[in-house]
Amino acid sequence: MSSQEMQARFIKDRLQGRGERLLRSWEALLLAVAVIIFAINVWSSPYFLDPWNLSDATFNFTEKGLIAFALALVIISGEIDLSVAAILALSSTLMGLAMSHGAGTPELVAIGLLTGLACGAVNGFLVSGLGLPSIVVTIGTMSLFRGIAFIILGDKAFTGYPSDFAWFGQGYVFWVISFELVLFVLTAVVFAVLLHATSFGRTVYAIGNNPMAARFSGVRVERVKFILFLLTGLMSGLAAVCLTSRLGSTRPSIATGWELEAVTMVVLGGINILGGSGRIGGVVLAALIMGMVTFGFGLLNVPGIVMSIFVGLLLILVIAVPKLVTRIRQVRRKG
Amino acid sequence: MKALLKHRETQLVAVILAMVGLIALRFPSFVAPASLGNVFNDTSILIILALGQMTVILTKCVDLSTAATLALSGMVAAMLNNLYPDLPVLLLVVVAILTGVLAGAINGLLVWRLDIPPIVVTLGTMTIYRGIIFLISDGKWINAHEMTDAFKAVPRADFLGIPVLSWMALSVTAIMAVLLRRLATGRAFYAVGGNPHAAVYTGIDVGYTRFLSFVLSGALSGLAGYLWIARYAVAYVDIALGFELDVVAACVIGGISIAGGIGTVFGAVLGSLFLGTIKNALPVINISPFWQLAISGSVIILAVAFNARAERRKGRVILKKAEVVA
Amino acid sequence: MIRLAGIAKTFPGVRALGGVELSLFPGSVTALVGENGAGKSTLVKILTGIYQPDEGHIELDGRPVRFATTMDAARAGVTAIHQETVLFDELSVAENIFLGHQPRTRFGFIDWKRMNAEARALLERIGARLEPDMRLRDLGIANRHLVAIARALSIDARVVIMDEPTAALSHKEIGELYELVERLKAEGKAILFISHKFDEIFRIADRYTVFRDGEMVGAGLLAETTQSELVRLMVGRDVGQVFPKVPAAIGEPVLTVAGYCHPTEFEDIGFELRRGEILGFYGLIGAGRSEVMQALFGVTRPSRGAVRIDGQVAVIRTPAEAVARGIVYVPEDRGRQGAIIGMPIVSNVTLPSLYRTSRHGFIRMAEEFALARDYTARLDLRAAALDQDVGTLSGGNQQKVVIAKWLATRPKVIILDEPTKGIDIGSKAAVHAFMSELAGQGLSVIMVSSEIPEIMGMADRVVVMREGRMAGTFARDGLTPEILVRAAAGIGEEA
Repeated sequence: MSSQEMQARFIKDRLQGRGERLLRSWEALLLAVAVIIFAINVWSSPYFLDPWNLSDATFNFTEKGLIAFALALVIISGEIDLSVAAILALSSTLMGLAMSHGAGTPELVAIGLLTGLACGAVNGFLVSGLGLPSIVVTIGTMSLFRGIAFIILGDKAFTGYPSDFAWFGQGYVFWVISFELVLFVLTAVVFAVLLHATSFGRTVYAIGNNPMAARFSGVRVERVKFILFLLTGLMSGLAAVCLTSRLGSTRPSIATGWELEAVTMVVLGGINILGGSGRIGGVVLAALIMGMVTFGFGLLNVPGIVMSIFVGLLLILVIAVPKLVTRIRQVRRKG
Repeated sequence: MKALLKHRETQLVAVILAMVGLIALRFPSFVAPASLGNVFNDTSILIILALGQMTVILTKCVDLSTAATLALSGMVAAMLNNLYPDLPVLLLVVVAILTGVLAGAINGLLVWRLDIPPIVVTLGTMTIYRGIIFLISDGKWINAHEMTDAFKAVPRADFLGIPVLSWMALSVTAIMAVLLRRLATGRAFYAVGGNPHAAVYTGIDVGYTRFLSFVLSGALSGLAGYLWIARYAVAYVDIALGFELDVVAACVIGGISIAGGIGTVFGAVLGSLFLGTIKNALPVINISPFWQLAISGSVIILAVAFNARAERRKGRVILKKAEVVA
Repeated sequence: MIRLAGIAKTFPGVRALGGVELSLFPGSVTALVGENGAGKSTLVKILTGIYQPDEGHIELDGRPVRFATTMDAARAGVTAIHQETVLFDELSVAENIFLGHQPRTRFGFIDWKRMNAEARALLERIGARLEPDMRLRDLGIANRHLVAIARALSIDARVVIMDEPTAALSHKEIGELYELVERLKAEGKAILFISHKFDEIFRIADRYTVFRDGEMVGAGLLAETTQSELVRLMVGRDVGQVFPKVPAAIGEPVLTVAGYCHPTEFEDIGFELRRGEILGFYGLIGAGRSEVMQALFGVTRPSRGAVRIDGQVAVIRTPAEAVARGIVYVPEDRGRQGAIIGMPIVSNVTLPSLYRTSRHGFIRMAEEFALARDYTARLDLRAAALDQDVGTLSGGNQQKVVIAKWLATRPKVIILDEPTKGIDIGSKAAVHAFMSELAGQGLSVIMVSSEIPEIMGMADRVVVMREGRMAGTFARDGLTPEILVRAAAGIGEEA
């Protein structure tokens, strides 16, 4: 690098061209993996290519994806939110409670979203207001939020949501294109713009790379983090609306373990678990990959718990393999 | 005296006593010696796990796979007992511990050699270890009648009027106290978590020390796995599901700093007893067990807020008058 | 006793050491001198096993040795007292001294009783009035340093490296340290003494080695050289040329600070900064200068005192508020507080000025690159491309990025905390020249520096701090290094 530094006074804008950067990116690798998995699925099951089957397959990632987009921003900022699935459960439970008191669809949606926001505000206050470590705080709120759901519901369930409420999780906008899929795409675009094209997004990266230097650069670190937790809460609430609508019932154990899948989706998407780097495009691809694998396993009648081994392995391998590769390269260069 | 009052442990003892006292006002039977002994016995497994978790947290890591390791080790022991009823129980205990050691070593190696954040590693292995239970057991339960009486008898056996389960917790506590206070490795846990950068200068291998803490946590989870299965006389995939949160909670309540380097064995034990007391008291005071999760959550948050206040850095001490010199 | 031959070490972007030679002898003190960034700390890290040299080898008693880990170095009897005393806040004084080599009982357990007793003996030996069971977090910087020295002594070391051991000590403590060095010398230990203070070097050292830009440029017996010869070797040119201070028109007060206090860090600070002025802040390491600056910048909260900007009372609670009021701060700890490593140069430069390069919150790439190009060019930044990670730049160029970042906000007051620490001579001159230019354009500059030549060369006035208090304010005219050193160390005129 020192030879580069010593070069002429003129400094280029960019080291590599746009094409080269795209080609060498994590997203390119993910895209290749997605294509391969798609091919395997087509090859192993004749039912896979059916448009309605493909449409069904999208439900495996749309709701989780909504959460993952917001969680990606939290993780880029160097924090984590393990309470997302519990927020979803609490939102769903409160919607059920409101429904049992006769609330209509608009009220249900509002309650779902507001519950998410409120839970996000609690996390945000504890992390950025009180300066507590997010990992423990959200382990705590994870128990608290789901605990409240258990207090309200015990071992019972809410069922009998209004029929027009079902549209969010079961409705189709056009042919096989579900409302959830449209929502997923729109959210992806909104989050991609927010993260990559706004000054807010830029400060998220700055905080994740070096929170102290970001603060010393005049970034309102705590405020940004608070907003990120708020957003994650909101998206968990939105996912709660979709999932509750799709299932048509609420149990306090709804979406158990989703926090792990959301984190895996984010990390698989190329977002550094320690913060500071990663792009929304990667998360979209990761969502597609995980959705297709789940669906493919489902077609092959593989039990859910084996699927979770796969998710766990994926989470570790995604981080371990790039590290191993760079290490092997270093050894080779020396030898 | 003032210094004693400021101690985290003293405050916790006071809080626990106050809690027990309040319950005793309305339900005097709760404080009968047998009942209190029961609380301790019920908390024994939590204590053992919390002591393992504590060493991991001391080194600035976290082990979320403890409950899964417990379930895996317990299942391995139970299946061996089921298949080969003639194997001595002691051997099965050793096998359970070794299974835990292996699980912990995998966590530790990933953290040490590949430098993967511990939270990611253990979130991943948590599901993998549970998945392995499903694979080896084929999702089936091993019920009481499929285990030998000797296998189930150990935790309940009585020694000097106290169940072996309680003795286990007491001896693990004693061993850990000696290890953390009197062995160089024990002090290395503190050094690595307190200031990893400086630890390198004192010749401590930070990664290896973390590896050891995961192995230790795994070993104790393995032991706890046998005790759990033998005590409740049933083994299946979802045993102790979510119990890792109670374990982390016990540590946080006990004043073990999640930032590493701060905490005592006594604190971890008290943190466990605090949760154990609540758990046992809920049915006594007629509160639905569904409250327990929310209570644990609130207590974790309160405890971490409380710890943070106690640890908040005062900044550099420059002014002579601000320096504490004896 | 120990010899380093042809040691070279390169980091990404910088050649830290290039084929240096160094020999240490039993019962002898060798002074290692060189400017900041000359490669001294790298050498110390190689000697203590933290870094591995790329080339060359270390010989101990004529046999080649390899210090693969810090443990290897410690076992060979090499120990260092570091510049930044890296110790454990939460452990006791005794543990800090013995961690890694605690006294054991017959069964391999740590013998706390003996450890505390031996710690007490060691502390008494160096004249430290500390209890072995005190927690380190309750100690001030001078006492921490004594613990570090006790730690070095607790290892039965043959080679002792002292990296600026007197930097933070009071006059009396320095005297005690000199006695200690004499004692170690008499015990036959080889001592490597790193210091910026020439009087000290000539007082206690026997030999010298001079580093410049990672090369060894001279070595020999101190008795056969002079102070000015050492300075010439160190700087490589006449001192007079280094500082391009241009007299600037000094205007009305911009920043006025009065009765500024913090519970543990500083007390009763008051000064005035005028338009176009460079105000120097001198003092020993840990005198509280950076702490005052960080409070002014809104990083920490002062307990009392008034700050006025352009005559108006200003309450600054966060760095964002400070930036909004035109006060910016270039921190000493560049890696942690200054540059955001992992992000490209352009994002670093525009971070505090994003409102200027965006519309309704959306960033305009072209404007962003234009702004970054403008300010980095003014500072003569050397880089390949603006989207290059700042982490790949040398220290000097990183510092230019940090300064460019602040100038892009068009501040009124720029606070530079040790602006040239650890950067190469070329970048240093660029920073100095630019500082002068800025003052000439009417910007007010506060420069915290521990280097007397820099302070004397650049500042219009100098505030000296000692132990968190003001020890005096001096005008440029008639200022001598002696005045500064005396004020900083608290030595009266009669002493």
